[in-house]
Amino acid sequence: MWEYTDKVKEHFLNPRNVGEVENPDGAATVGSLACGDALKLTFKLDEAGRIVDARFKTFGCASAIASASALTEMIKGMTVEEAAKITNQDIANFLGGLPEEKMHCSVMGREALEAAIAHYRGEPAPTEEGKIICECFGVTEEEIARVVRENNLRTIEEVTNYTKAGGGCGGCHEAIQEIIDRVRGEAKEIIRPKLSNIQKIKMIEETIDREIRPTLQMDGGDLELIDVVGNRVLVATRGACASCAASHLTMKQVVEAKLRELVWPELEVEEVSQ
Amino acid sequence: MNPIYLDNNATTRVAPEVLEAMLPYLREFYGNPSSMHTFGGQVGRKVRGAREQVAGLINAAPEEIIFTSCGTESDNTAIRSALATNPGKRHIVTTRVEHPAVLSLGARLAQEGYRVTEIPVDAEGCLNMARYAKSLTPDTAIVSVMWANNETGVIFPVEEMAAQARNRGILFHTDAVQAVGKIPIDMKNSSIDMLSLSGHKLHAPKGVGALYVRKGTRYSPFLIGGHQEKGRRGGTENVPSIIALGLACELAAQKMTRENTYVKFLRDKLEDSLLEKVPRCRVNGDRTNRLPNTSNISFEFVEGEAILLRLDEYAICASSGSACTSGSLQPSHVLRAMGVPFTMAHGSIRFSLSIYNTEQEIDTVIDTLPGIIENLRALSPYWEVGDAICARVE
Repeated sequence: MWEYTDKVKEHFLNPRNVGEVENPDGAATVGSLACGDALKLTFKLDEAGRIVDARFKTFGCASAIASASALTEMIKGMTVEEAAKITNQDIANFLGGLPEEKMHCSVMGREALEAAIAHYRGEPAPTEEGKIICECFGVTEEEIARVVRENNLRTIEEVTNYTKAGGGCGGCHEAIQEIIDRVRGEAKEIIRPKLSNIQKIKMIEETIDREIRPTLQMDGGDLELIDVVGNRVLVATRGACASCAASHLTMKQVVEAKLRELVWPELEVEEVSQ
Repeated sequence: MNPIYLDNNATTRVAPEVLEAMLPYLREFYGNPSSMHTFGGQVGRKVRGAREQVAGLINAAPEEIIFTSCGTESDNTAIRSALATNPGKRHIVTTRVEHPAVLSLGARLAQEGYRVTEIPVDAEGCLNMARYAKSLTPDTAIVSVMWANNETGVIFPVEEMAAQARNRGILFHTDAVQAVGKIPIDMKNSSIDMLSLSGHKLHAPKGVGALYVRKGTRYSPFLIGGHQEKGRRGGTENVPSIIALGLACELAAQKMTRENTYVKFLRDKLEDSLLEKVPRCRVNGDRTNRLPNTSNISFEFVEGEAILLRLDEYAICASSGSACTSGSLQPSHVLRAMGVPFTMAHGSIRFSLSIYNTEQEIDTVIDTLPGIIENLRALSPYWEVGDAICARVE
């Protein structure tokens, strides 16, 4: 048995705003019978552009019904712009949380809301685009990437809990892992503080002196930093390195890799003769 | 509020007389049945008595009964034993609708390099017998087919299948945990070599089961340990539960007629009334060839977990083959094997009755459930008045 909060149970047993708005300004259906849950959301705006009425119809389990009921309560009184900012976590929080395995119900709510807003704006529904990763449940690459990003997901199991992707035949697990790795890689870069030019040059200089030159000097070579232009690091080889046929490999594999790791991931090292 | 318990294929209540019979062996008679002293020896005698009672229910000899911890252990023991005693054979035949105790083991064995054939079922949940006959090869070590399906109650022709296997020199095991106590089983006049049964499906407690192994069948133990069960299953006996299982089997033999008259009457009343009162629902599984206590009904365009939790508000207990109740995201493997359409599979509810149910309880369900379905259908975007729209969605 699932551990549902009292608020989930209450919204499941007494769902608010069931039905369809007549002549809606925004309307969308997401999910399908095959997937085991579906949500039809309709809303109407007043003259001031606020959502004056929102209604839902859901085929699905208790948490799917409760999530849809919660969503309609949340968006009433909001402008479309305000409603567009609602995340699946907001829906789950409104209900006092959902079991991990049921988080996909909150994601379905957010998807229906986005699709209904897109319909209102005359745009294509966002989930209709993109490459399908999970054939069993028809989940796209973009949907997975987004849910990973917004909910800080780390494992395939979590992605399955939030999107159902990977919960059928399991054939897409590798592809899901790649998306997780990619999104989490991006996330790391975003956290990295932006460097000013002076900071960047200083760090490059320090790294070369500390990490690279001692190694080269052991083999009778050396390296000098000539200039930094944007992400281009211009260096000149000295000593044994200057006459070494493999020095361009050293530049790429050792110097550039080290600088990318410790200073900035987009740096490119170029060898100049000076 | 006393529950209206219609989930007896999941587990059953311990019969009051069974509980009474086992309690002294938790309190004062705690001796080890293997001990030399009278204090332990008297317990050993009770275990022997229980073995006779279990054997009596399936018309077997007492020495053909090995006590285990559960149905899953019995299944694992039987299949692993057949493979260990037929080291040259690398093929196993089973069905697509087995309990995970057999299906998951089959998947594991496939990883270990065995070839596993799963016999498919038709839309009624009945096995494809032509495919079965073709699946038996000289390389086949064992056939494992359940006697009756836990989700639909459909009974399989295991005797006929076992006879075919025997003709080809192949061992036959049946997982009979849902059948034992509900339908007559006669191992003296059978071609079945091994049979699993479970205590908690027939009003004994959880944590005890038995494996029948026909006399003369080559056997290799699963649990290696002491000399208990004549070296066929190591580990000190779960004495109170074994005594409970013995009495439960004796009671089941006495009550089998009631199971096939009274319980069947209640099941049929429940099923017929719901089919009559609720539009667009249907029974999953062959109705003519079924356990007397089981009914699996699909309510189209609603989801099973939602139905169960609404029923829960009335303390009515049942189960569902929907994806949401399993946590697996896909509806039951049995309903999928039968090709039940998604519109139906997600809304399937299994009622499984016992002799402890009353007609009044059944009437309560008949009065309650149609309203719940109607209410949930009013929420469903797929449910509109008129079959035209339903047809379009399908």
